[in-house]
Amino acid sequence: MIRLIDIYKEYDNGTKALKGVNLRIDDGEFVFLVGPSGSGKSTIIKLITGEVYPTAGRMMVNGFSPDNMRASQIPLMRRTLGVIFQDFRLIEKKTVWENLSFVMRAVGCSGRETRRRIPYVLKLVGLEGKENHFPNELSGGEQQRVAIARALVNNPSMIIADEPTGNLDPQRSYEIMDLLKRINELGTTVLMVTHERDLVDRFGKRVVAIEDGKIISDETGGYYNG
Amino acid sequence: MAKRINTGYYFSEGFHNVFSHGLMSFAAVCMIVACLLIMGTFTLVAVNMEHMLGELERENEFIAYIDESYTRQQAQGLESKLAELENVAEVTFVTKEEAQQSYLQGREEVELLKELPATVFRDRYRIHVEDIRDISATVDRVKAVPGVAKITVALEIAQGFVLVRNIAMGVALVLIAMLMVISLFIISNTIKLATFYRREEIAIMKMCGATNSFVRWPFVYEGMLLGIAGAVVAFFLQWGVYQLVCGFIDRSAGMGLVVIIPFAAMATRIFTTFLVSGFVIGVGGSTMAIRKFLQV
Ligand SMILES: Nc1ncnc2c1ncn2[C@@H]1O[C@H](COP(=O)(O)OP(=O)(O)OP(=O)(O)O)[C@@H](O)[C@H]1O
Ligand SMILES: [Mg+2]
Repeated sequence: MIRLIDIYKEYDNGTKALKGVNLRIDDGEFVFLVGPSGSGKSTIIKLITGEVYPTAGRMMVNGFSPDNMRASQIPLMRRTLGVIFQDFRLIEKKTVWENLSFVMRAVGCSGRETRRRIPYVLKLVGLEGKENHFPNELSGGEQQRVAIARALVNNPSMIIADEPTGNLDPQRSYEIMDLLKRINELGTTVLMVTHERDLVDRFGKRVVAIEDGKIISDETGGYYNG
Repeated sequence: MAKRINTGYYFSEGFHNVFSHGLMSFAAVCMIVACLLIMGTFTLVAVNMEHMLGELERENEFIAYIDESYTRQQAQGLESKLAELENVAEVTFVTKEEAQQSYLQGREEVELLKELPATVFRDRYRIHVEDIRDISATVDRVKAVPGVAKITVALEIAQGFVLVRNIAMGVALVLIAMLMVISLFIISNTIKLATFYRREEIAIMKMCGATNSFVRWPFVYEGMLLGIAGAVVAFFLQWGVYQLVCGFIDRSAGMGLVVIIPFAAMATRIFTTFLVSGFVIGVGGSTMAIRKFLQV
């Protein structure tokens, strides 16, 4: 669950990215975050992942409150989130398997858990048999699936995706969306930033629109006005 | 249990890092080796000087030559006078023949010396003092005794040793401080490079909830490995250099004054010192490198 209460964010250079944002996302929801370039979408994502801190306001992320907790708690908060980026961010010199196993390792999973979990998530994202491929041997859509598998591998309660389909053609984008929808149906909350009107309209989920650091509309099943 | 698994992981990651940028690691190890070698060499010179000084002091004696116009009888007559002097512990009369014998010992191969008549030597007394620190006063008193022509004291040699030892020690200390700092920076830079190579992985690990210490430890291990590798290499090189120099001194200076401590007698201590220094440099350098990149 995410709660943003009257959140302001001003960057060090004086840019006011968020100007009083209120947002509540409950467990199990699928939420699109839309808005023009520079409106503050990525800033919201970064607040949730603990990369930046709010200048003012209060917030809760899966039971953690980044605005007033100790730094040592941040890793624990991040373990409840799976993050996906537009540019995939896979390690080029690691195989698909290693790309997944190293993040499991990073949160202290044993080799046994790793061997059990990775085949499961690879099957879920439709990449069985690609364990030993390197990222550059895969298509863009497949690489994004690996990134989704990586986000899922530590069993987060929420997936955070900042324009996950931005680098993909419409067909691949649709497949990725379908995959995120299925993941959501399995019980994982999804918050997804996107520019793509088609996708948003097609999936008929909750749409939060932001403009100039403020939320201007929040409608379920509604379509993209941004 | 979990801790042990992690130690293995940190170790293997650190080990991996060393080879992922092998050239820089090699340079870092070389620097540590050079630093430890220079440190070690000056320290060993100082230690040896100290040792020789100790040997000299233990002998705490000097030699008083008797005027050549004195007969053997007259010369021997001085013994009681000398023995009465303050701070004199023991007086031994040595005839010129005996002196010649002991001089020729160890110089048998030099033909020329065999023809040397005993008359070029003088009768002499070997005078032991009670307290080495008062030796100059005692020398003055012995000089005042009529019939004593000349005195040779190892004092000047001793003072020479003191000087060399002090210089070696001073240089060693300054070098240790300087080289420690340099090695720290070299290691620190190597580790910074390692973190730079792995910045993507670090970012992803942190995004997935890896703790700071989990990210940090492989680099500390890497630094430690570099430091220890440098220490081990430096130890064996130091050994080789020491043996070489010892061999050279043995061959060139048979005067018996130079007493060199065998390397084996100090090996454990040198090894431990090198290992501890390498460890401190390695861990210190890597800690310096990773201290600030860990924010966020
Ligand atoms: N690290 C930063 N330092 C200073 N200003 C920043 C920083 N990151 C973002 N900004 C500014 O904050 C505002 C919001 O940026 P943000 O990245 O949240 O926009 P966005 O909605 O994600 O845009 P886009 O759709 O182009 O990704 C912009 O004006 C941007 O220039
Ligand atoms: Mg953005």
